[in-house]
Amino acid sequence: MLKSYLVGVLLASVLTAIPFGFVATRTLPPGQTLIVIGVAAVAQVVVHLRYFLRLDLKSRSQDKFIALCFAATVLFILVGGTLWIMFDRLPYRVVGDATTIS
Amino acid sequence: MTDAVITADPGDEADADAVQRAIEEKIYGFWLCLISDAIIFALLFAIFVVMAQNTADASAGRTLFQLPRIFAATVLLLASSATFGLASVAIAARQRGRVIVWLGMTIMFGLGFVATEITEFHGMAVADAAPWRNGFLSAFFALVGTHGAHVSFGLVWIVLLGCEIALRGPTPIAASRLYRLGLFWHFLIIVWINIFSFVYLPRLL
Repeated sequence: MLKSYLVGVLLASVLTAIPFGFVATRTLPPGQTLIVIGVAAVAQVVVHLRYFLRLDLKSRSQDKFIALCFAATVLFILVGGTLWIMFDRLPYRVVGDATTIS
Repeated sequence: MTDAVITADPGDEADADAVQRAIEEKIYGFWLCLISDAIIFALLFAIFVVMAQNTADASAGRTLFQLPRIFAATVLLLASSATFGLASVAIAARQRGRVIVWLGMTIMFGLGFVATEITEFHGMAVADAAPWRNGFLSAFFALVGTHGAHVSFGLVWIVLLGCEIALRGPTPIAASRLYRLGLFWHFLIIVWINIFSFVYLPRLL
């Protein structure tokens, strides 16, 4: 248990140092730095789920798995729907034109 | 009633089973609570993405956010995550003193994080970058402020549970409470990872 936490802390530190390091030193162009930040973030979320929240997908708890699937569905509808409506269905930024919406 | 039931003193075992079941039910219920909290944060993120361009000609963060401060806040929160993990290890070993020490350090790191955040918010408000300035700032304060409120609430919770463990010792009930508090605390750090990665860092490029 202690070992698992220490591994988690080590991985989390590295995955924090990478994006902050790239932003501080500006070694890559912004577009590529954004990709690095995104990948490090996803990796670190997985590390935290695995080593700190101790979520493992082989768990016997089917209820928890169903709950997570339900949450994923709700998130897909709400977040995906929000972004789809605001950016695709409504010509949000075009209408924006610096005076009308923004 | 069979002999075995009478002689084997079934009370303790049945009780232990019942306690274990009750604890598992509570953990499952707490997962449901965290999932709904995650949906709230995901929607605040979605709102932030939608509003991010609406700066009404004001600064969109490059001059408002400071990399060293964000880094300090992140390190403080990660450190609190580590010390909380050590408290969980200590309570599994029934070491009351160590649990209290690690929880105390978690509280110090957490307070440091909240103080950093309050300093930032105050600095922004003084610099005419308060929530009512534009849509970007409204969404920013809603998202980061909700996270900060969660952390503050979590700190109160850690203090209360720390008092319980100090007074009553590391009982199985206290251990199961610490486990659920840990789920909450580590969950908040996951939210923070998303905040620094998708709110702060892209605006400091």
